[in-house]
Amino acid sequence: MKLLSLQRRMARAVMTPLTRSERMRSVAPDGRSMRTVASRIIKPNDRLTSFERLEIYNRQYWFRVLSAFAEDFQGLRAVLGGRRFDAMAKAYLMDCPSQSFTLRNLGSRLVGWLQKHPAWAGSRQNLAVDMARLEWADIEAFDGKREPPLKPEDLAGVNPVKLHLWLQPYISLLALRYPLDDLLLEVRKDASELDIASNTFSERHKRKRVTQVARLKPSPIFLVVHRLDEDVYFRRIDGEEFAILSALRAGKTLNAAIESALRRTSIAAKDRAVHVEKWFHTWSALDWFCRQERHLKNEKAALR
Amino acid sequence: MPANAFNNFTDYGIGIGLRSPHYNHILTRKPVVDWFEIISENFMIDGGRPLRILDQILEQYKVVQHGVSMYFGSAERVGREHLRRLKELVKRTKTPWLTDHLCWGSVDGRYTHDLLPMPYTFEAAKITAQKVCEVRDFLEVPIAVENVSSYAEFHVSEMTEWEFLNEVVERADCGILLDVNNIYVSSKNHSFDPFTYVNSVPAERVAQIHIAGHSKFKKYILDTHDHPVIDPVWKLYARAIERVGHTATLLEWDDSIPSFDEVHDEALKANRFLASASLAAAV
Repeated sequence: MKLLSLQRRMARAVMTPLTRSERMRSVAPDGRSMRTVASRIIKPNDRLTSFERLEIYNRQYWFRVLSAFAEDFQGLRAVLGGRRFDAMAKAYLMDCPSQSFTLRNLGSRLVGWLQKHPAWAGSRQNLAVDMARLEWADIEAFDGKREPPLKPEDLAGVNPVKLHLWLQPYISLLALRYPLDDLLLEVRKDASELDIASNTFSERHKRKRVTQVARLKPSPIFLVVHRLDEDVYFRRIDGEEFAILSALRAGKTLNAAIESALRRTSIAAKDRAVHVEKWFHTWSALDWFCRQERHLKNEKAALR
Repeated sequence: MPANAFNNFTDYGIGIGLRSPHYNHILTRKPVVDWFEIISENFMIDGGRPLRILDQILEQYKVVQHGVSMYFGSAERVGREHLRRLKELVKRTKTPWLTDHLCWGSVDGRYTHDLLPMPYTFEAAKITAQKVCEVRDFLEVPIAVENVSSYAEFHVSEMTEWEFLNEVVERADCGILLDVNNIYVSSKNHSFDPFTYVNSVPAERVAQIHIAGHSKFKKYILDTHDHPVIDPVWKLYARAIERVGHTATLLEWDDSIPSFDEVHDEALKANRFLASASLAAAV
């Protein structure tokens, strides 16, 4: 048997979901007996059959990916409940197995997958999708690229009408239907406390969290998931702020971004300049804008 | 004096794995440690806290990179993105050599994130050696391949594990990261004499040694890196050092991680064997 063929056969078996009692299935996905599959490629020894030896790898695979996935999506677990989350995680990882050398990217396709498979969240679909978006944004913010922050002197000589401002790559802009930021922080606080807690304490916190999720009503928020001094933060912003930042990220010029964002605002015309100035002051203080050498050069060249 | 051509770093002594529960201790107490081994994949990222901590460690300590997902033995080609990120990290750490496992773990672009055992065939040895060469040429850093613990053997195998290891490293002209705990674990799971393995490895290619603890189950042993090193593994280590001379040694402790001092003390037990190797070399 050629190397590639053997590796395909073994990988298929290793990535086959476990039974409810976390053992290897007796039937492979293609309908063949798993004992036959195992015995064709793996030798038995004096203690273990071929099936049992293959099963060690099958179990290790699922334990590893499921625990990494659950660690990344603690909030979604709180939304769906443990049992449903575990079943959803298996279904997701069956459809979207890792395509990356790092487990960090395991959940990169989760939001799209959840949108295509609403049955997993049922009546909590919007809540679940929002939470998955927030938790993925958190992963991106944690170790995303940081470009050199934009400084006032970088803008010298640039035509304001044609000016583009670029957001740091690690920043995510989220329009959420539920105020999930506080809930996620609470869930994580619970998880870290549970590391040292008794069962009674754990049960009490679990009930509290379930109540919090059940009581959560839709209430749209705009959120920036960003990083400051290497810690990840969730910052709520106004709709107008969200519109400006989204337009800038989409590549609109500064002028166009502000104009389009304030077209339907309820902020009185006389107060708009003050608001805009305050927003930009805050965003700059948080280093949300970065230098894009190529673009700055082009804009300066166009001015000449 | 280097003990061999693949071991120019005899002064590296005894290292331990850099793990997040110990970050604070290391950065505030600044303990004397010969070197740290990092898991490359944990730092093949674009930014954030992990890289900041790594830079702080690099200011004070020597660091060697150890990978877990190069999969030299996978039939498919190494991903270009993987190589690009790894090269960036190699430039950052200036790792004097780089290690990863003699195993496979991905096929058709899907990753198992496990260290799956190789079929010990000449075809597999050829493919694996080609990939080692490709990676070394791209990264421009010496490579050493590590023997893994295994729980299964294949019908198609044409040689023993140590013969396969020798076949690969001779073809690729690369070094060996000899994991004596993995040899012990596999010897129990596959009923061979671990000393035969240690005695068969080309001593002149051993660039580094791993020691670790494991977990015993009723019918097999699992490589869990969550216990101290047991005596039979120390005996294998002693034999390895006797054969290869003073060699950079690393204790792996990845689960149920105790305090920094406990891990470091366990690693430093290797000193008694390294000291006798130095003495023998002097005589």
